[in-house]
Amino acid sequence: MTTQPSRPAPAGAFEYLTTKKDEFVGWARKFSLFPYPFVTACCAMEFMSVSSTLYDTDRFGAALPRFTPRQSDLLMVVGTVTHKQAPILKKVYEQMCEPKWVIAFGVCATSGGFYQNYAALPGIDKIIPVDLYIPGCPPRPEMVIDGIMKLQDKIAAERHPIINEKF
Amino acid sequence: MSEALFEQVREHLAGVAQDAAVMHGVLALRIEPAHLLEVVRALKDQFGFDMFLDVTAVDWPEREPRFDVVWHFYSTRHFVRVRVKTRVPLADPTVETLVPFYGSARYMERECHEMYGIVFRGNADLRPILLYEGFEGHPLRKDYPKQKEQPLVPYRDVKP
Repeated sequence: MTTQPSRPAPAGAFEYLTTKKDEFVGWARKFSLFPYPFVTACCAMEFMSVSSTLYDTDRFGAALPRFTPRQSDLLMVVGTVTHKQAPILKKVYEQMCEPKWVIAFGVCATSGGFYQNYAALPGIDKIIPVDLYIPGCPPRPEMVIDGIMKLQDKIAAERHPIINEKF
Repeated sequence: MSEALFEQVREHLAGVAQDAAVMHGVLALRIEPAHLLEVVRALKDQFGFDMFLDVTAVDWPEREPRFDVVWHFYSTRHFVRVRVKTRVPLADPTVETLVPFYGSARYMERECHEMYGIVFRGNADLRPILLYEGFEGHPLRKDYPKQKEQPLVPYRDVKP
């Protein structure tokens, strides 16, 4: 029985990598999104679908929902937000630590959708900043995954000011 | 079965209920606001309409008196429904409360009060239930502007 002659490892390969700090931190952060699901309406069904086995947002590191805003860095607003709920949403957003991102999931969170009346908030960006909008009523899981990937691109490309100025 | 019961109700209330008719299997009675308690007491105690389904209102802006107040009752013995309607004017949109008969009327009268401004005399707790404190006006009246908002959180300055 013959064995392959073992090749000597090329000297110096993968002993160090050079990168930029922002790219490195962005790469680390984009795969460790901890979503806080602020789920209010029927889009929740689609949210369950996209986070369970078949579509599996765990592939993007965004599977483990944290039900406290203090441990999460991605606020997913899933469904219609009414004026009566708006103070709660604002408080949840303010309780999250930096860095934090916000996804408006579905057309109601994006713009109020077909609710244009006394009760519904016409888009959550009226009260908190939004990084990514996913339209649809409800959005297809593919659109949500596309949205998460776009958010990852955005995180990877942005500046990441962390602890001190020397790093 | 239900026809016989409806006929009894009609005969009993012939003096107070105008143009009682069966529509879609529901007996509809139109009464004056002053006769409400008398009619409901008869329906509940004599004819077994023991379940309060809903109270709501209809706004007819061109009409005087402007509002219809509509109650629905259900009989869990005879499996039939009855609808009671009355008219109240904008100047005094007041009817008697039905809380002494049906405890569940408490919440539904609160909703009808905030949405249409109907006052239920005798219901001590007419705070908003779906809306919030400080909301001005009655949003299901036809003269409430369709897109008028009363936000609780001030809006951000969003750059276009």
